[in-house]
Amino acid sequence: MSAPNKAYDPVEAATLSAGELQRMQADALAAIAAAANLDELKTARLAHAGDRAPLTLANAEIGALPPAARADAGKRVGAARAAVRAALVQRQADLEAERDRRVLVDEAVDVTLPWDRPMSLDGARHPVTTVGERLADVFVSMGYEIAEGPEVEAEWYNFDALNFPPDHPAREMQDTIFVAGPEPGERSGKVLRTHTSPVQIRAMLTRPLPLYVVSPGKCYRSDALDATHSPVFHQIECLAVDEGLTMADLRGAINAFVEAMFGEGLQTRLRPDFFPFTEPSADVSMQCHVCRGASAKPGGEPCRVCRSQGWIELAGCGMVNPRVLVACGIDPDRYSGFAFGLGIERSVMVRHGVADIRDTLEGDVRFSRAFGMEA
Amino acid sequence: MRLPLSWLLEYAAIDVAPDDAAGVADLSRRLTACGLEVESVEPVGHDISGVVVAEVLDVAELTGFSKPIRYCQVSIADGQQRHVICGARNFTAGDRVALALPGAVLPGGFEIGARKTYGRVSEGMICSARELAIGEDHAGIMVLPADAPLGADFVTYAGLRDVVFDINVTPDKGFALSVRGVARELAISYQVPFTDPADVGLPADVAATSPEVHPVSIEDTTACDRIVLREVRGIDPATPTPLAMKIRLARAGQRPVSLAVDVTNYLMLELGQPLHAFDRARLHGPIVVRRAQPGEKLETLDHVVRTLDPEDILITDESGPISLAGTMGGVATEVSDSSHDVVIEAAHFSARGIARMSRRHKLGSEASARFERGVDPQLPPRASARATTMLAALGGGTVVPGCSLAGEEIEPVRIAMAADYPDQVAGLVYGLETVQKRLREVGCAVAHMPGSAADRPDGAGAGNGAVAVGVEVAVPIPDAGPADRRTRPDHGRHDRPGLTLLVTAPSWRPDLTDPADLAEEVIRLEGYQDIPVRAVRAVGGRGLTRRQRLRRTLSRALAADGYVEVICSPFTSAGDFDRLQLPAGDQRRQAVRLANPLSDDEPLMRTTLLPGIFRTLARNLGRGFSDVSLYEFGMVFRPKSGAPPVAPILPVDRAPTEQEVARLGAALPDQPLHVAAVLTGNAEPAGYWGAGRPAGWQDAIEAARLVLRTSRLTFSVRADRHEPWHPGRCAAIVIGNEQGQEWLAGHAGELHPRVIAAFDLPARTSAMELDLSVITTAADAAGPVQPPALWSYPLAVQDVALVVPRAVPAADVERALAAGAAAAGDVRLESLSLFDVYTGGQVGEGFKSLAYTLRFRAPDRTLTAEEVRGARDAAVAEAARQTGAVQRGGSS
Ligand SMILES: [Zn+2]
Repeated sequence: MSAPNKAYDPVEAATLSAGELQRMQADALAAIAAAANLDELKTARLAHAGDRAPLTLANAEIGALPPAARADAGKRVGAARAAVRAALVQRQADLEAERDRRVLVDEAVDVTLPWDRPMSLDGARHPVTTVGERLADVFVSMGYEIAEGPEVEAEWYNFDALNFPPDHPAREMQDTIFVAGPEPGERSGKVLRTHTSPVQIRAMLTRPLPLYVVSPGKCYRSDALDATHSPVFHQIECLAVDEGLTMADLRGAINAFVEAMFGEGLQTRLRPDFFPFTEPSADVSMQCHVCRGASAKPGGEPCRVCRSQGWIELAGCGMVNPRVLVACGIDPDRYSGFAFGLGIERSVMVRHGVADIRDTLEGDVRFSRAFGMEA
Repeated sequence: MRLPLSWLLEYAAIDVAPDDAAGVADLSRRLTACGLEVESVEPVGHDISGVVVAEVLDVAELTGFSKPIRYCQVSIADGQQRHVICGARNFTAGDRVALALPGAVLPGGFEIGARKTYGRVSEGMICSARELAIGEDHAGIMVLPADAPLGADFVTYAGLRDVVFDINVTPDKGFALSVRGVARELAISYQVPFTDPADVGLPADVAATSPEVHPVSIEDTTACDRIVLREVRGIDPATPTPLAMKIRLARAGQRPVSLAVDVTNYLMLELGQPLHAFDRARLHGPIVVRRAQPGEKLETLDHVVRTLDPEDILITDESGPISLAGTMGGVATEVSDSSHDVVIEAAHFSARGIARMSRRHKLGSEASARFERGVDPQLPPRASARATTMLAALGGGTVVPGCSLAGEEIEPVRIAMAADYPDQVAGLVYGLETVQKRLREVGCAVAHMPGSAADRPDGAGAGNGAVAVGVEVAVPIPDAGPADRRTRPDHGRHDRPGLTLLVTAPSWRPDLTDPADLAEEVIRLEGYQDIPVRAVRAVGGRGLTRRQRLRRTLSRALAADGYVEVICSPFTSAGDFDRLQLPAGDQRRQAVRLANPLSDDEPLMRTTLLPGIFRTLARNLGRGFSDVSLYEFGMVFRPKSGAPPVAPILPVDRAPTEQEVARLGAALPDQPLHVAAVLTGNAEPAGYWGAGRPAGWQDAIEAARLVLRTSRLTFSVRADRHEPWHPGRCAAIVIGNEQGQEWLAGHAGELHPRVIAAFDLPARTSAMELDLSVITTAADAAGPVQPPALWSYPLAVQDVALVVPRAVPAADVERALAAGAAAAGDVRLESLSLFDVYTGGQVGEGFKSLAYTLRFRAPDRTLTAEEVRGARDAAVAEAARQTGAVQRGGSS
């Protein structure tokens, strides 16, 4: 690369004097510092770093210097231009930051303003559904499958096959709503199922052994509606039929279930009870998940959930009565089974401290909304 | 079943006093632990003080008051005489009475003071049974036996301090409806001696018959397999029932009636055997147990004249029916205050027969409750003997020796059970000794089945092959004893032949019929707390089915879209069908009718979810909410046409055949799962952002679309007319598949104004109802998702505006555009969306303009402008062909 071949011109070269360059640099820096906004900075850049800027012109004149003076002048011009460039970059960054700050402040809004325009915020599922799903999922996670059946059920499934003998007072334990027969006073052999247990029979008749099923569903009894009874309610019931199942397995399943649903380490207690389709039968109480039994001890704080009993009655259970296996064509000498069932509304009430079962069936949107999408 | 502690302790030698709170609580806990759930423990008599035995010395009648009043001079042992005012008249001078002294406290904290009344000072009060909470009898004061010790504390004298247990007796435990049954359980629990009240005070030969006793016979042994009559003659019918008996009856919840009736009730409570007392003078000829004859009637003790059913079991004499067997006596032969000679009847009736009869006549009694649950068939001769002995002793009569008896010997139930069966049920080794001990405690006879343990492969049973019944053999299973119980290492079935027990159930336990019943006896008496916990074994489940998962997803989708799930009443009525404007032949009018509905106003099961969800909507509106959108998942019930009217009752001693199962299924209604949604008010509320948007038909149809889209089904929305929707605002949702098959999924839109009025809903309320069974079946049939190839060449966008007659549905135009574009070579119409609908002057009367954005893409190249126009023109041409559409204003 060759320098412009110009003759030395002492007049032009005067602009390359040290004093002159210093003045040009000072002018440039002052203008940059004085730029109050990005537009002014743009003007200052054109004036002091643009093509017609004094320092730019001075740089062009270096070639006109005698060779001995070029290096020295080049160094001085380069230093001055670098200082101006650095000042421009810095001022640009400062002004941009200031602009951004101002704009973001100007655009601030009240984020607490409500935005309830889309109703979708208020949708919800019923806790009987979501708690029912959770209950079922505990069993599904143990390898059970969900089995379902009809709500208008044949008496044979609802009673006879479950070892409720005809006319036995055990049938009276469950106030049954019967389907009308062909003529008034005649029987139809059909009922609104009083429990989910007929699904046990259907599962045993149709599924291969071993059998692990859980059946949630709606049930009906002609109970008067009060704070703890509803004529329409939901149950969930598990049934296991396999070789060598014992009450120890039943207790294991109950404990796993209670811990998954209500909390780790909660104890359970069985007491003798009677259900025609299980023998032996028991009712299951669990340690209160709120006070963990402390309320029942002397000096304990009263507990609303267990009424300071320390225990909460939760479920009925038992070993499948061999007569039920026989009615389903299962060899009771080879297979045994257990069953375990509870009310879903009751679970909702216990788990979520709901005092009145009617809250679960009135359909008041506030109730479901309190639970949202998951219970 | 209410039983006082003192009565139980008479037969179970337990050392617990009624004021020993800890002891009583322990006893109550033990009852519950053995299966007799104690519902309440009620201390009685502890709150009475200051009542003493007094003698009435003189009675002065006061006159001039609105009712007769007596001013009585009474004395207690201290010789001190007092005066008391008394309104009762059933006593005379010389009688001993219970006197509440001033300062006495009666049940309920009622304090007695000296007070001035009827112009005299009354220094206390003569008590009636009711005032002492030992009976309902308020007609007069309580006259005590003449030997009641003067001045004695009445509470102590009468043994009033007691505890009453209210036991919830489950239907299998008929034996526990008696002192006998409950005391036996307690004696086992405490391991103390038990005295069987059925063995107390019997004649030497309890079965001895005598022609002197009123004759009896059984005509139908399926109705009654044993009946015993005994007689007492010459009792004084005015004899009062002893105080102690009255107190016990009252505390057990029985009202004292007369000596004869009280004795039969007392023994029923004590033994569990219902007894009936007939006035011998009012019997006409021999007693016969038989079924009713057509047209027979009987007036029962509750003064209801009952028309009898040929299945009814009756006690009869020559005059006809005299008692509904085991349920309620008849008025004609009732003992009265003139009955001197009494015939006591004790029988063993068919449990099922009594249950049916009691149900048929809606007549439950203490007797029928016991017969239904099973009564000890060996009791009739014993209970009747105790009754006559007691009646004669108390009423001053003479027992006619012997009895008159009909029926047959009842064979006890024998059950063969593997000796380790209870172990296998419990998952715990009890051992032979424990099993035998427990079974014997409940009254079983236990023998070893001959030869049953002989063939054990390990030889441990060798030499026992010829063991005689009843002889103890070497214990064939390890007996760790109660202190060292272990879970069986192997829970499987025991293939090795082991010892079999031959167990004879006691006559008082008709509920023991199967090995499982025996296992339960052992397990419950040993205690459920001993049963170990075995960790859950992994089993190979397949998780939720596709339908089950889809149902959950749909529920979440609707909730996420703003709908609130509700669970509505499934009961309905013809009135609902009218309110829905359903035409006469509508399938939804065919409903399952209930025999005993909760309310006569709603005797049917729902065939549609809509009335229930409408009412739930109205309830929410009534509670002040105005923007409400609800959904429900639930079954509806649709009787099958031509279905058999009655579902058969199949046998239970074997599995039903496929044909039998099919017969049951055929008789049941179809029960598809439906989803319904309803909404009213604003879909988008007004606010500072501007105006709201009222909910309408679009929202209801969109809810239906959401369900179908979420189910990934191909479907179309078509205009339809279907009640209860507005005829111009009703859409049918139709599922289609690639083979051209179609299924109606349901309807959506705005409700008919008359329906809205009938259910009292706000104007423009909109709703949808879909058959989820159809939807999930279709979704189930669809294969796995096949996502599109994700072509990455540039998108070409074209807008078209088409003018069509107003009646042409947008869905048809859209379908035609898509079809036309699809036929235009390898250019894909990636999406098609309607962005404007215009009606007005520029398109002419009776027409509308629909503006669409079409987005095209090719798999392998950037589309040229020419290709895009070609595809667009093909789409428009097809729309023109199918719907008469005319493109408006050329291309954009
Ligand atoms: Zn608690």
